[in-house]
Amino acid sequence: MTQVPDIYRILPEVILALSGVVIMLIDASLPAAWPRRPLGWIAAIGTTIALWASVWQLSLPEGAGFYATVETSAFTVFFHILICGIVLVALLLSLDALPEHTHHQGEFYALIVFGAVGMCLLTSAVELLVVFIALEISSISTYILAGWRKHTGRGPEAAIKYFLLGSFATAFLLYGIALIFGATGTTQIYQIALLAPAAQNQTLVLAALALMLVGILFKVSAVPFHVWTPDVYEGAPSPVVALLSTAPKAAAFALLLRVVYEMFPHLRSLWAPLLWIVAVLSMTVGNLAALRQQNVKRMLAYSAIAHAGYLLAAFAGIGEIGIAAASFYIAAYAAMNVGIFAVVTLVAGYDEQLSLIDDYRGLVYRSPILGSLLIFFLLSLIGIPFTGGFFGKFYSFSAAVGGGAIRLAVIGLLNSGLAAAYYLRLVVVAAQRPSSDQDGGQRIAYPRPAVGAAVIAALFLAVAATLVLGIIPGATLDAAQSAAHTLQAPPQAAVPAVTDPASVAR
Amino acid sequence: MSAFDPIILTFILLVPLTGAVLVALMPDRARLPNWIALITTLFTFLLTLHLPAHFISGQSGFQFEQNVPWIESPAIFYHVGVDGLSLWLVVLVGLLAPVGVIASWSAIQTRRKVYYALFLVQQTAMFGVFISLDLMLYYGFWELSLVPMAILIAMYGRKDGPRAALKFFLFTFIPSAPLLVAILWLYAKTHTFNFADLQYQTASGVLPAGALFWVALAFLFAFAVKVPIFPLHGWLADTYSEAPVALAMVVAGKLSLYSMIRFHVGLFPAQSRVIAPLLIALAVVGILYGACLALVQRDFWRLMAFAALSHLSLIVLAIYGLTFLGWAGGVYQILSHGVVDAALFLLLGALEIRYATTLINSYGGLAAKLPRVATYFVIASLAMIGLPMLSGFVGEFIILSSTFAGVSRPWAVAAAVGVILSAAYMLSLVQRIFYGPESALTASKPSTDLRFGELAILTPLVVLMLVMGLAPSLWLNTIRTGVHPPILTPQTLDQPQPSAHAQNGQKLCCGLTKPTEIPEEIQREAQR
Repeated sequence: MTQVPDIYRILPEVILALSGVVIMLIDASLPAAWPRRPLGWIAAIGTTIALWASVWQLSLPEGAGFYATVETSAFTVFFHILICGIVLVALLLSLDALPEHTHHQGEFYALIVFGAVGMCLLTSAVELLVVFIALEISSISTYILAGWRKHTGRGPEAAIKYFLLGSFATAFLLYGIALIFGATGTTQIYQIALLAPAAQNQTLVLAALALMLVGILFKVSAVPFHVWTPDVYEGAPSPVVALLSTAPKAAAFALLLRVVYEMFPHLRSLWAPLLWIVAVLSMTVGNLAALRQQNVKRMLAYSAIAHAGYLLAAFAGIGEIGIAAASFYIAAYAAMNVGIFAVVTLVAGYDEQLSLIDDYRGLVYRSPILGSLLIFFLLSLIGIPFTGGFFGKFYSFSAAVGGGAIRLAVIGLLNSGLAAAYYLRLVVVAAQRPSSDQDGGQRIAYPRPAVGAAVIAALFLAVAATLVLGIIPGATLDAAQSAAHTLQAPPQAAVPAVTDPASVAR
Repeated sequence: MSAFDPIILTFILLVPLTGAVLVALMPDRARLPNWIALITTLFTFLLTLHLPAHFISGQSGFQFEQNVPWIESPAIFYHVGVDGLSLWLVVLVGLLAPVGVIASWSAIQTRRKVYYALFLVQQTAMFGVFISLDLMLYYGFWELSLVPMAILIAMYGRKDGPRAALKFFLFTFIPSAPLLVAILWLYAKTHTFNFADLQYQTASGVLPAGALFWVALAFLFAFAVKVPIFPLHGWLADTYSEAPVALAMVVAGKLSLYSMIRFHVGLFPAQSRVIAPLLIALAVVGILYGACLALVQRDFWRLMAFAALSHLSLIVLAIYGLTFLGWAGGVYQILSHGVVDAALFLLLGALEIRYATTLINSYGGLAAKLPRVATYFVIASLAMIGLPMLSGFVGEFIILSSTFAGVSRPWAVAAAVGVILSAAYMLSLVQRIFYGPESALTASKPSTDLRFGELAILTPLVVLMLVMGLAPSLWLNTIRTGVHPPILTPQTLDQPQPSAHAQNGQKLCCGLTKPTEIPEEIQREAQR
C-alpha cells in the first residue's frame, strides 16, 4: 500500500483539474475576438486522458492514499470511467451545440471539467470532509452551468433555485457529518463503520444517517427532495442538462452506496425500509407528474425522478447483488439519458424554440435520423428488451426480488408500464405525419440541427453504450460486480471487514 | 439430420432481421421496399418449411435445438428449439408474412421503408417468441413484438391510430410487469431460465406452493390480456379497426395462446388445474359475448374483432379443458384461424381499398360486380363458421367433443351455441356485403376484381383451408407429439382434486397414453 505514490490515487482528478486550469489560462490570454471552440477540444482530450488514467488505476494495488482519505478500487474506477464518459459526451455535444456567439465559452468548458473533478473525487473519497469538499466542487460548477443562458428568464431562475435548495441540502449533509463525528470521533468512513455500532450515543448515529440521507437524496432528485428538478432541467441549456441529469447523479449514487453499504451496514434494518418508501414515492410521483407535462424537458425531468426510484429499488438487494445492480443501472441510465438529451439539444437548438411535445410532431419525417434516435432512446427508457434500459431494470428489480422486496418489484414494474404511456406519447407524436394545419406552419423555420463530427461522435457513443448494455451486458456487469465486491470488502488490510449486511437484513 | 438443422432456427430469426436492415438502408424508391420485403418473407417461409420436412415425427421433445450461453450472470442462454407444439406455428408465421406484404402492397403508399422495416422486425420477434426455450429470451422477444406493432398502428392507422396504438401498448405492456417479476422470482428461487429445468422444478414441489400460485397467475394475466380473454378485451376492437390489415392479421391470438399452453399450463400444471374452472367460464362467456357483439357491429373490422374474441375464446376453452385431445384441437384451431383470418382480412382490405369505407351498410350487391372476391370470401367465411371439409370444422369439432366428454356438458353446449351464432354473423356479413340490392356506393364506383398478386396469395390459402379440412392428420400427428402429458408428481396425485372436471381431465390425461383413436374417428366424421 505504501509503495504506491499518493498522487497516483487521484491521477484522473489531477489531470482533469490541470486541463481545467489550462483552459482558463488560455481563455484569459487569447484575444477576445478569437473563437473559443478549440478550448472545448482541449477539455475533451483532457477528459479522455483522465478516462485512460482511471483505467490504468486498475493496475495499482487497491488501497487508500493521502492518510486514508482517497482510495482507488474497482468501485472508484467503475464510477470514474462512467463519469468521464458522460462528461466526454456532454463536451462533444456542447462543442457543436453552443452557438458561436455564446459568451464565456472558455469558462463553460472549464466549469464542466472542474465539475468532473468534484464528481470523480466524490466517488473515491473515503473521508467525509473530502466527500463534502468534492460535493461542493461539483455542485458549484453545476450551479453556474445551470444558469448559463442569462438572457432568458428561466436560466437564472433555474440557477438560483438549484443553488438555494442545493446549499440547503449540502448543509444537511454537513450537519450529518458533524453529528457522526460527534458520535464516533472520526470522519474516516471505514473507522466509522467500525466504531458506529459501538458508539455510546446511538441517537446521534441515527440522526447523522438521516441527515446525510437527506443531503444525498436531494442530489439524486428522489421524492420528496425532487422539487428543483423540473425547473432546473427546463431552464438549463440542454447540453448541460445532459450532464446534470447523469454525472452528478452517478456520483451521488456512488456516495449513497458508500454511506449505506459501507458506513452503516449495521443499520440496514433502518435505511432499507426508508429507501423502499423513497423508491416507491419517487417512481410513482415522478411518473404521475410526467404524464401531465407538455414540455419535453420537464417530462424528462420527471422521468429522471422516476428512474431514481427504479435505481433505489436495487438498494433492497442484499450486499454485493444490490450494489452491482445499482451500479449497472446507473451506467445504463446514464447512457440513455445522455443520449436523449443529446437528441433534444439537436432538435430544440441552443435557444430552444421547440420545447413542447407538440413541437416534435413529424420529427421522423423532418429528420429521419434524429427521429429514430429519439425513438430508440425512448424505447430504452421504457425498458424494451435489447436496450440498456431493460437490463438496468432487470438487474435492479431482480436484486429487489432477491432481497425479498417482491412488492417493491411489482410496484416498480407497474410503474414502468405507466411510464411507457408518456414516453410513447412522445414516440407517437414524433412518428405522426405533420397534420394539415401544421403544413401551413411548415414555413416556421425549424432550427437546422448543427450536426458536426463532435455531435456525431457523442451520439455514436451514447447509442453504442445503450446497445452494448442491452445486448452484451456481461462485461459491464462483471465490472459492476467487482466494484461491488471491493465496496463490500474494503481493500485496506488495516480496516477490518464490515459486518455482513445479510445477517442484519430485515 | 442434415447439417443445416442446428442453425436453421437462427437463420429463420436472422433473415427477416437482415431484410429489415436492408430495407432501412436502401432508398425508398418506386416499390423497392415492397420487393425486398416480399423476397425476404418468401425466403423465410421456405426456410420455415425446412422444419416440418426434417422434423422427426413421433418423437416428443425439442428438435433443431441450439443452446449457447449468452450472459453469464444471470445465466441467460440463447436457447432455441421447436417441438410438435410450436413447429406448425412457426410455419404459420412464415406463411402469413408474405400474405401480409401482399395485403400492404397497395394499402401502404407513404413511408414504405419504415413500414416494411418494422414489419420485418415484428416478424423476427414473433419467430423468437415461438422458438425461445429460455424464459428471458422469450420475454425479450415477447416485449419486442409489441414495439413495431404499436409504432405501425400509430403511423399507419386509419383515423385515430395514435390513440389506438397507445391503448394497445399499455394494455399489453402493463401486464408484462407482473410477468417479469414472476420470471425474476422463479430465477431467484431456481437460478435458471431454462424451460425444461423450470418445468422440472415447478413440478418437483420444491418451490413454495402459495407463491407459485401467484407466479402462475402473473403468467396467466399477461397472456390473457394479449389473447384477449373476456373481460380483458378492451383494446381489441380499437386495434382491429385502426391497425393496417397486415398487422391486424397477427395481432391477436397466436402468440399468447401458444404462450398459455407452453408457459402457463406447461410450466404450472398444478396451478392451472386450480384456475381452470374460472377460465373455462370466462372462455364460454367470451365466446357468447363476442358472438353477440359481432352480430350488431356496423363496421366490418369491429365485427372481425369480436368474431376473433369469440373464436379465440373457444381455443382458450380447449386449453383449460386440460385434455390432450383438446390441446391438439386448440393448436389446430390456432393454425386454421390464422389461415382463415388472413384470407378474410386480405379480402376486406381489398374492399376497403376499392371503396374507402368500412361500414357494412355502404356495401351491397357486390357478388355480381366482384365475383372472385365474393367466391373467396364465402369459402373463407364457411371455413370460419366450421363447415365440414373446411379447416375450421376439425378444430371446432375436436374442441367441442373433448369439452363435452372430458370437461362438462353444459359448458360444451353453451360453447356450441357460440359456434351457431358465428354462422349467424358471418353469413349476415356475406349477405349484407355481397348480396341484396346494389348500394349507391358500389354502383357509383368502378371496380376491378382481384388482381394477379392477390389471387396468387389467396388461392393457396383457400386450397390450404380445404386440405386442412380433409386431411387433418397431416398436422395433428406432429401436434400430438408436442402436447406432452403434464408431469404428475406423487404430491399432486395425492392431493384431493377440488373440482369434478379436474378429476375427469386427469383421468383422461392418464387414459390417453396412446392418443390415436379419436382423431381418426374425427377424420372419418369429417369425411362423412
